[in-house]
Amino acid sequence: MKVTLKVNGRLCEADVEPRKTLLDTLREDLLLVGSHAGCEHGVCGACTVLIDGEPSRSCLMFAVQADGYEITTIEGLAPTPGELSVVQDAFCETHGLQCGFCTPGMVLTAHALLERHDAPSREEIVEAISGNICRCTGYGQIVEAVDYAAERLRKTNMPRRLQVVSASTAADLEKGVRESVDGETARGGRS
Amino acid sequence: MKPAPFDYFRPASLAEACDVLAADEDARIIAGGQTLIPMLAMRLARPTKLVDILRLQELRGIRIEEGAAAIGAVTRQVEVERSEIVRSSLPLLIKALPWVGHPPTRCRGTVGGSIANADPSAEIPLVAVTLGAEIEIANPTGRSRMPADEFFIGPMLTAVMPGDCVCAVHFPVWSHPRIGTGFHEVSARQSDFAFVAAAAQVALDEEGRCIEAALGLGGVGDHALRIDVTPLIGEKVTRVSISDVVRAATQELETSSDLHASASYRRRVAAVFGTRALEDAFAEALGSGGGLQ
Repeated sequence: MKVTLKVNGRLCEADVEPRKTLLDTLREDLLLVGSHAGCEHGVCGACTVLIDGEPSRSCLMFAVQADGYEITTIEGLAPTPGELSVVQDAFCETHGLQCGFCTPGMVLTAHALLERHDAPSREEIVEAISGNICRCTGYGQIVEAVDYAAERLRKTNMPRRLQVVSASTAADLEKGVRESVDGETARGGRS
Repeated sequence: MKPAPFDYFRPASLAEACDVLAADEDARIIAGGQTLIPMLAMRLARPTKLVDILRLQELRGIRIEEGAAAIGAVTRQVEVERSEIVRSSLPLLIKALPWVGHPPTRCRGTVGGSIANADPSAEIPLVAVTLGAEIEIANPTGRSRMPADEFFIGPMLTAVMPGDCVCAVHFPVWSHPRIGTGFHEVSARQSDFAFVAAAAQVALDEEGRCIEAALGLGGVGDHALRIDVTPLIGEKVTRVSISDVVRAATQELETSSDLHASASYRRRVAAVFGTRALEDAFAEALGSGGGLQ
């Protein structure tokens, strides 16, 4: 089946079997290997991508289901090539990663949390990343990284465009539109 | 690719979905896919065709009608969690939802999917049974409604027939001014399958007497169970009377052992959590004016 996916603001076509997950399609057809294949049945969170700004497991969605959504992968998070997003940078600063396998999922989940909450509590951070397994860090530095990223985002002194992801209608899904999206936020960056 | 091959079909209407399902008994509905896709990946399910109902507008949305909150089957769990209508009309569902999977699975998982999957430890079916919700089912001949306690038959087993599609869940909305709710759950890790979950909702009159009380238990039986707590109605309830009533009602509870929890553990925790959920509910309904004695 032919499917057109909107990934990191770009329309990409792929010809896939219905049983091919969005994860495999991103990695094999679109060569976006930042989304990691861990358990491949929805337990570990390593394959997390943002679907219309919301963290979702790309191994629990078939590519044929994914047309019309704004898909953001870890490759789409940096504001410009060669730079890091605030959340990515905070992970580096606080040693929020060791082997790095869970990191893309962690960063995207944290990014989605901070789009909705300016100042999440420790409990809210822990709840947000509870679906992402890390075997190295013991989570302490990851929680610290998210907290630090939140603080830095609050201090950026830039208008924050909160992505209000409301109950989007099927018509919206078909058209692939989302509230208040411009080119920048569609790539996951901050305007 | 882990799943066995299948065809993918996205119907334009519920009627078309029902026709396709009725024509092929090995076809399965997919909505959020948060349970079905792992089952496909492990090849525990091998449908010939997946009928994707997620974008059917007629199955989406939250409305108040006839004293009930009707939640469309493909309404995502996260949409319910953030819904102002649900927040004001179904406080028990709001308390239960954070226990459903993880935030990313709630972003894709649907209310109808959780109901149709009928996991004995699932929270949304538990709330449906506790409150006496009705499940609306469509098939090629029309639509019908069924009480939740008749809908759930056994573990992962419901009254849904081939060709049927769950299209909405109608949760009764209590109109009493003084309502309280409580929800308790224990599992191996946060958001794992519940060994025991308890949901309670109560309503009080102006003098603080109980006028309505509902208690449900999940994880202990083949499906969510509604526990009879009618002896509390008409009373000024105390901690002692709650504990006595729950203990009596759960004494004969039939439950089974598995790798994670023995039957006797489940029975004991069911009594304790049932009591705690009701205590929380009464304390919340009484408010700061007078605590639960």
